Amino acid sequence: MANLNLVQAINLALIQEMEKDDRVILLGEDIGLNGGVFRVTDGLQKRFGERRVVDTPLAESGIIGTSIGLAMAGLRPVPEIQFDGFLGPAYDQICSHAARMRTRTRGAYTVPLTIRVPVGGGIHAPELHSDSPEAIYSHTPGLKVVMPSSPYDAKGLLVSAIRDPDPVIFFEPKRVYRAFREEVPEDEYTIPIGKARVVCEGTELTLISWGASVIQCMESVEKSSKSIELIDLRTIYPLDLDTIEASVKKTGRCVVVHEAPFTCGVGAEIAAQVMERCFLHLEAPVQRVTGFDTIMPYYKLELNYLPDAARIAGAIDDAAAY
Amino acid sequence: MPRKTVLKVEIERVSILDEHGNYDAALGDGLIPDADLVRLYEAMASCRYLDEVAFKLQRSGRMGTYPQNMGQEAGSLAAAYVLDNEDWLVTCYRENCGLFWRGVPMESILLHWMGDERGNAMSRAHFATPIAVPIGTQMLHAAGLAWASKYRGEKRIACTFFGDGATSEGDFHEAANFAANLDLPVVFCCQNNFWAISTPGSIQCSAPTVAQRGIAYGMPCLQVDGNDLFACAYAVKWAAARARTESKPSFIEMVTYRLGDHTTADDARRYRDQAEVDVWKERDPLLRTRRHLEQKKLWNSSKEEAMQVRVKTEVDAAVKRAEEIPAPPVADLFNSMYAELPAQLAYQRDTMQTHSLASETAAKAEGH
Repeated sequence: MANLNLVQAINLALIQEMEKDDRVILLGEDIGLNGGVFRVTDGLQKRFGERRVVDTPLAESGIIGTSIGLAMAGLRPVPEIQFDGFLGPAYDQICSHAARMRTRTRGAYTVPLTIRVPVGGGIHAPELHSDSPEAIYSHTPGLKVVMPSSPYDAKGLLVSAIRDPDPVIFFEPKRVYRAFREEVPEDEYTIPIGKARVVCEGTELTLISWGASVIQCMESVEKSSKSIELIDLRTIYPLDLDTIEASVKKTGRCVVVHEAPFTCGVGAEIAAQVMERCFLHLEAPVQRVTGFDTIMPYYKLELNYLPDAARIAGAIDDAAAY
Repeated sequence: MPRKTVLKVEIERVSILDEHGNYDAALGDGLIPDADLVRLYEAMASCRYLDEVAFKLQRSGRMGTYPQNMGQEAGSLAAAYVLDNEDWLVTCYRENCGLFWRGVPMESILLHWMGDERGNAMSRAHFATPIAVPIGTQMLHAAGLAWASKYRGEKRIACTFFGDGATSEGDFHEAANFAANLDLPVVFCCQNNFWAISTPGSIQCSAPTVAQRGIAYGMPCLQVDGNDLFACAYAVKWAAARARTESKPSFIEMVTYRLGDHTTADDARRYRDQAEVDVWKERDPLLRTRRHLEQKKLWNSSKEEAMQVRVKTEVDAAVKRAEEIPAPPVADLFNSMYAELPAQLAYQRDTMQTHSLASETAAKAEGH
């Protein structure tokens, strides 16, 4: 057991998977000598050599496109896209090829690829360094989308992602990178993709979130006088609908919290699923606390954009009082 | 000296068998033995006949949109002939001839354009990637496949085909840059056919050659007569040797011409003159190879007639096989998405069938 933050937990997962499986290689911008702009891959090039930890030209489509070729040949590439906002140039390769290769070739070729991407706001970063695009990729058939909120989950989920036979986008919430430490076993363990975590049990309201917003939700739960069940999705696609359904049927009330914009956000999908599955159990409309349908602001206003404990508490009160 | 030249470049053009029948014996020496040349000619003829049949199939509603290969058979065929059978062939959609030479069954290509993904279920033994519809994206896959070979210490290289239009796409430049800077064994083959649907080459590239685009990335480049089977074979052999021994990429511009429409959904008469097409018909790779074979007494009209009968039988049988394959089960739509079907997708699969059955039952009840 070691006391690690999220950056260190991911670093450890990468080391262990690379030691275990020669097919795992890392590629991306500044990930080698520099150890990545967030130092997630710190020391890995020194440890595994330039053959397995590769500094690439500055070209996101190139990073993902070559990773697809590497994966089609049977390797397990783990490319890093430096920031959420830079996924754009790689969008075509991700959605036109990584997501489609298995079904296009009826399984003759597959793309076992894990794309690591620092995600979300709250770290005073410049434009296009603070976005939350998980809904875009969850809306793309053929991908899996994962976003841990804690060091323990990050290690177990990353191991699962690397071993997964299909492409996974692994979003790493920047705000959590160094926010806290927790006990992370050195020993190998996995957390299944597609399985949510019930952070704390409750009977009066279900609060659903993922990534950095889980931290704000925990704060709201602690401050609230109500018995709240907090669910950390951990995986955005496929959704763990069974856990959501069981919880909402028990509590009758549901609030979803995410950083990404409101319209067509993952919260909208959850609200629809809750309505379909739990309609007769609902005591109140599902509430959503999200970013707005605006461009993610520069950092002076970013805390006004991001859901905070006060806004979450407001939605909890509204749902409870309905 | 305030200003001095730091770089001067030259691009060489290779022509071995030209449109007038002139043959450069020195360059062509040992490149393609006579027996092979006959087989290569037959392969081009077979591919050409398939194009004719496919066009008719589309017009009669038996096949979807189809891109004819007519006029561009030589380049991919020469590459498939020269490369090892386990080198990657990473093509777009006008390289049927090379794929057939590699062993991809004709009915697979037909099945693909008949709207069935199973046509793309390439056998891994063929080392050929599926047909790539979005322009220019497959070159990066070639770089990645070549990278995997290098990583594993294999001798396998990757050869990728794309058009002149594709060299305008950012992915071409990223692939060239990755391959050159990371020392990847890739052979880039640009089939410059002068037309990207209706867009002429002048809108894709203002430089005098497409070949020089490779120079910008530090790759050696050659321009070849793309309708000259010998010149194409020569260039791919040269580039493949460099890839295999030095693990470095090269760039080949194969100057050819799309004799047909872009696809069966296109009408090229809207944007190009027949006079231009007529000029290129005289440069047809089939015509040229046949004349050369006749000159060498390896071919005559009775052999041609016999071959046409064989080709017709072969192509017709492939069409029959492709048409006899029934549509895939609807569940394949879902079952092919992931190695393990997510629960929410399984739910959609199962309820979709229930809904379909329910509406069928309702329709029957209403007497429809």
